[in-house]
Amino acid sequence: MTLSMLYGEPRVITVGAQVLGEALDLQAVPRCEVDWRPPLPGTAAALARVLADPRRESANATAVGRMLAARPMLTGVRPAHAVLGLRAGEFLHAGPPITWERASGPMRGALAGAMLFEGLAGTPEEAERRLASGAGIGLDSCHHHRTVGPMAGVVSPSMWMLEVTDAEHGGTAYCSLNEGLGKVLRYGAYGPEVIERLRWMGEVLGPVLAAALERCGPLDLRTLIAQALQMGDELHNRNRAATSLLVREIAPAIVEAAPDHAAEVLRFINGNDHFFLNAGMAAAKVSADAARDVPGSSLVVAMARNGTDFGIQVSGLGDRWFTGPAGVPDGLYLGGYGPDDANADIGDSTITETTGLGGFAMAAAPAIVRFVGGEVSDAVAATTTMYEITMAEHPAYQIPGLGFRGTPAGIDVALVARTGSLPVVNTGIAGRIAGTGQVGAGLVRPPAEAFTAALDALAGG
Amino acid sequence: MNDLVEVRPGVYRDSVTLMRVSRAITDLPGVTVAVVAMATELNTALARDLGFAVPPATPGDLLVAVRAASPAVLEGAAAELGRQLAARAQASGTGDVAPPRTTRSAARGFEATLALVSVPGEHAFAEALDAVEAGLSVMIFSDNVPVEQEILLKDLAAARGVLVMGPDCGTAVVGGAGLGFANVLRPGPVGVVAASGTGAQQVTSLLDLAGVGVSHVLGVGGRDLSAEVGGRSAVQALRALDEDPATELIVLVSKPPAPEVARAVRDLDLATPVVAALLGPGQDDLTTAAEKVLRALGRDVPEWPSWPAPPAPPAPPARQDAADEAAPRGPLRGLYAGGTLCAEAALVAGDGEFTDFGDDSYTRGRAHPMIDPALRLDALRGVASGVVLMDVVLGHGADPDPSSSLAPAVREAVARGVDVVVAVVGTDGDPQGLRAQAARLNEAGAAVFTSNAAAARHARLLAGG
Repeated sequence: MTLSMLYGEPRVITVGAQVLGEALDLQAVPRCEVDWRPPLPGTAAALARVLADPRRESANATAVGRMLAARPMLTGVRPAHAVLGLRAGEFLHAGPPITWERASGPMRGALAGAMLFEGLAGTPEEAERRLASGAGIGLDSCHHHRTVGPMAGVVSPSMWMLEVTDAEHGGTAYCSLNEGLGKVLRYGAYGPEVIERLRWMGEVLGPVLAAALERCGPLDLRTLIAQALQMGDELHNRNRAATSLLVREIAPAIVEAAPDHAAEVLRFINGNDHFFLNAGMAAAKVSADAARDVPGSSLVVAMARNGTDFGIQVSGLGDRWFTGPAGVPDGLYLGGYGPDDANADIGDSTITETTGLGGFAMAAAPAIVRFVGGEVSDAVAATTTMYEITMAEHPAYQIPGLGFRGTPAGIDVALVARTGSLPVVNTGIAGRIAGTGQVGAGLVRPPAEAFTAALDALAGG
Repeated sequence: MNDLVEVRPGVYRDSVTLMRVSRAITDLPGVTVAVVAMATELNTALARDLGFAVPPATPGDLLVAVRAASPAVLEGAAAELGRQLAARAQASGTGDVAPPRTTRSAARGFEATLALVSVPGEHAFAEALDAVEAGLSVMIFSDNVPVEQEILLKDLAAARGVLVMGPDCGTAVVGGAGLGFANVLRPGPVGVVAASGTGAQQVTSLLDLAGVGVSHVLGVGGRDLSAEVGGRSAVQALRALDEDPATELIVLVSKPPAPEVARAVRDLDLATPVVAALLGPGQDDLTTAAEKVLRALGRDVPEWPSWPAPPAPPAPPARQDAADEAAPRGPLRGLYAGGTLCAEAALVAGDGEFTDFGDDSYTRGRAHPMIDPALRLDALRGVASGVVLMDVVLGHGADPDPSSSLAPAVREAVARGVDVVVAVVGTDGDPQGLRAQAARLNEAGAAVFTSNAAAARHARLLAGG
């Protein structure tokens, strides 16, 4: 056999004892030194088993390849009872499954608001009583129903859902319509203005968007997201460019489909920089779902929080959740709110980070680095660190400031354990008292034990 | 007591680097003791035994414990520590670009021809696997790597057309670059496949002294020619050198392989002649093997440089009688850093008590004796009489000036009436300087040889064997 290292100038990667690297420096041998540190405590044995799994390398290539090849298209807007089969009293929520007893303030507030919206209770107190009793109530995780929801992520039968289809693999995913900022259901608010807005969304916004999409045909979200990244969005805490691009695409069809409502619908969308977030989340969900169930793969296919637990799912481990306590985000607060008002991390919007957007694409969004605490260099550092725990670079989602390098995409449980680097998550912050709404936005890190538990499961399987 | 005890979470440096930092701090005037180490159970226990109040810490944290004569000294020590750690950090990560955290990531951003892995053994598999999966050959310097991981790596490497050198591979020379513990060897026609690091260093150093250089030295790891590993890397390395136009002759350095492995190697049917240096009972010693290589190449065999011991100083009165007798001196103690050199010396000398300080059981949690002389020096200081036989291995990666700590200990031993014989394995190109090191050890009273076998024969003679 021909051994290529015997021919040509030696160039060496060194990892470990510095003295051996310095010996190469003395010989003027070009080298690259790895900044190695021990893996997360207690993971060495599981890591060795997972890395030795003969399926791993090709399983990961398959899984992440599917995630990156997905072509999410916005194909429709439909009521949840029609597409998800939700019946009265059934609700979906963000994050891993949770009971009313363990639910945090904003989760309880959003569920109570959904009860009011569905006419299942006359007052918030009655709603909470009925939810606590559990009679006639069904709760389940959005992720179990091809769905994601921002913050509390509560979905009830009458809500209208964005439907996103993967033109490459044929999957479908759903996400509710974005209500805007401030006192909104997803942040746990349930006042009359919240319920009134939800009604208008169900009666006007949803049907108008559905009719408009039928006129203009499916919208290519992959292309739209790629463009928005180049316009300064990271698609989690900044969706201004993506929302603008969406409006530009769909406005003529809205005017044609519903001339009487076009102005109010366009004004609503235009007044909410985050309108695109939910479409982006469904796009991320359908892409991540394409990578599910590849035996032996250590790819993370979901990261989600319910306000109490932070959970992940892994391609090679089916629908099992691996959880740890959700942390409190570190960030900036609105008005008179402060860290004491903050609830623990909540929402399915971490599906954006799961597919290489959000915190992972922070370097694309210098405009919001102060908002999430820091300088432009911190944003670049956040993104570059994530290349160390991801399997690939996204072929379509690129960051101009990094020389059009693809975003770091496809979190590898094994690389998280090896480097001890946890995913960077950009997030909104919900008030911890039910009914408060949003109190801020910032950065949060997932609990390491979610990843080490998944690693142990991969090692045991 | 003026104590500084600190735990710095998430700060990592390798053990050799930290040992050097500890030594630099300890050497400051007025500093009683300094422990700068990763906060493993072993190290925290050590610090607590020294009376430091160590707070709870994990092995991923850096532990700093310094005791000084005065608060002012302690302050100075803390400042020096800051400088030392900062210098090390800067050397590893320059500029704005964050350095890669895994071999996998390094291979994405740097066009490499091979990787050199020397992380602690239980973590070496991941880094080596990264290299092989990235299509790179890899030298695994680390020891304590499980054999099933070695086999898995070598099978994968064979499928990808790359070579796994190691684990526990101490030396290699690839394309002129010395890796691990590597002597500075002139380029030449001899290719080496070695399951034994110091064995290869002895053979190639002697060849270099005779004016013959190497094309490549490919280590394969001490277990490669065992029945279990089956010579997976040796076979690959032999084939690769056979294809290399710069290699005119191949030397295989190993302990005698398992019979079925020996057969597999014999059946390779190589076009390039192979000289086997298989150290074992009834086999040639390494020096004889080197001489065979020279003859095969039609070169003269020189007289291997050596420096006889200077006349012994007057022995202490109590020992005068014994010293006057020409009777055997015994017993013979071998205090070795190189495993193969130790085995060779034991074979040649016959009787004696030989310790290989490079063995896994001595290197767990501390640096190799070729870097850290402390254990071996302690052993030498504990010898009251008789003959001591030692090796000193020069080259890149090894102690930059071994005689500076060894010569005083030799002088003390000789003064106690101990005969000290040293085999210095090295070349004239080595950064430590072969002849300067030999001269200082010789001045201290040791008989010094460049051939380990010759040193062992001399020691046997002194011991009366």
